[in-house]
Amino acid sequence: MPFEDILRQTRATYCLDCGKCTGSCPVTRIDVTYSARRTIERVLAGRPEQLIHDRHLWACLTCGLCTTRCPSGVDYPRFVIAARAEARKVDVEGTYAHNAVMQQLMALMAQSVQQNRTGWVTEELQTAARGDDFYFVGCLPYFDVIFADLGITPTDIGRNTIRLLNRIGITPVVSNDERCCGADLLLNGDEEGFHRLAEINLNVIAESGAKRVIFSCPECLNAFRTDVTRHLGPLPFQLVHITELLAAHLDELAFEEMDETVTYHDPCRLGRYLSLYEEPRAAIQGVPGVTLVEMAKNRAQALCCGSAGWVNCGQCAKGIQMTRLGQAQATGAARMITACPKCLIHLTCALRDAEDEIGVTLEDLTGLLARALARKD
Amino acid sequence: MSTEQPEQPTTAGDGFQPRIVVFACNWCSYAGADLAGVSRLQYPATTRVIRVMCSGRVTVGFLLEAFRLGADGVLVTGCHPGDCHYITGNQNAVATVDRTVQLLQLLGIEAERLRLEWISAAEGARFARIMTEFTDQIQGLGPSPLGDTHRQAGTRPQPAAEETKQSGARAA
Repeated sequence: MPFEDILRQTRATYCLDCGKCTGSCPVTRIDVTYSARRTIERVLAGRPEQLIHDRHLWACLTCGLCTTRCPSGVDYPRFVIAARAEARKVDVEGTYAHNAVMQQLMALMAQSVQQNRTGWVTEELQTAARGDDFYFVGCLPYFDVIFADLGITPTDIGRNTIRLLNRIGITPVVSNDERCCGADLLLNGDEEGFHRLAEINLNVIAESGAKRVIFSCPECLNAFRTDVTRHLGPLPFQLVHITELLAAHLDELAFEEMDETVTYHDPCRLGRYLSLYEEPRAAIQGVPGVTLVEMAKNRAQALCCGSAGWVNCGQCAKGIQMTRLGQAQATGAARMITACPKCLIHLTCALRDAEDEIGVTLEDLTGLLARALARKD
Repeated sequence: MSTEQPEQPTTAGDGFQPRIVVFACNWCSYAGADLAGVSRLQYPATTRVIRVMCSGRVTVGFLLEAFRLGADGVLVTGCHPGDCHYITGNQNAVATVDRTVQLLQLLGIEAERLRLEWISAAEGARFARIMTEFTDQIQGLGPSPLGDTHRQAGTRPQPAAEETKQSGARAA
């Protein structure tokens, strides 16, 4: 897309040069040389090639905090993503985290591989090969291997999600042919790779006969709700996040009493992108005895988990993560609940270095709710 | 990430000639390969050696990229345990290969296509023997499911059914 179109489509031409974006940006707090305002201004001044070759193009987390505060409603994350797509055309890419293992996996999944990815589904969980509800697992089985050294098992989120779904009478389809949603390819400007994965996934879901797709990862949900729809047209099935379902079925879940004080971290995609602020909170408060205390920055003002798109992870990411963990610590809650596997991974990584000082443990929302269930059995 | 085109298939007659990527550490295994060469030891011309400073430099991303670009087998070679020039680099290589094997299994690629071997600078004969053995092993397994796409189309990996434009198809 030519930069004139990018500027128009993301409303960047309306930029007032006020600098609220830079003032809001969590990246700028750590790396003062990064400025969202200047990024836009440079392109408005007719020098997009400078942006393409600037390492700062890859610094944006696309968390969307600037956009919620922008008086002109400039969609800065979309501006950055579109500019990254332009950069890729001239072979400029960011510095990928984990030696680009995620990018390699996404590229491999776009090929005709015959995966063995459902080994994590234990026997007591009820799943089906075809049915009305499709559980989109995302990259959890791969995360298990890559993040084993963080001491976490991301497929726990998958098992707990199915456990909770089973309890509200849903037997979801878990497919061996599902691929990565490709959100992280799109985030780094790889529209072609994203299309390829999206088309495979749409076929897999269609073959299962599903009328509704359930997500435990907000990034996958956002990719389908926003990006797949924008690129490939409306979808023939409904899309829901697990917290939406849980909030709607709290009576059927009948939790045991627990005695815990927790705080909730809003994932960017679930919160600012999809406006699901109250559903996860309702689900947490649905467990009797659980007290939810809010961090100073919550809902639309929430701070990002510090890393996105498996790109440009470093000192800046760590600084943002430590700030967020500090906010959680300040609430006095023993546990920080999140509803995104990636937030869990990124914050766990930061917490590993400062566990003793912070004194907060991290858990996925489904983990908390499944524990409340487990006592009943 | 690289953008080079994979080379043309090397199938001669009926015999399947696999394409094997060998990562060799600068201090032991690469010198071992040199020794095999100067000793005029024969081994199949199926291997492409990539020199790295240490087997610990090889990452999961490197190994997956080799498979993505159509390698039928990937061999990581390094100094024997205790002999690493960087003390513990080869221990990292063990962890890297172990993790990659798990990812390959998830992706449905045979774990036997990836192997880790220790070859010292004095073991030219061992280098030649392992290259022969591993070639046999990969010939037994047949072409990589990912390599097929390259062989048929002579291009980089493409999606399952779709015909997409050939050049400029960037996979990551």
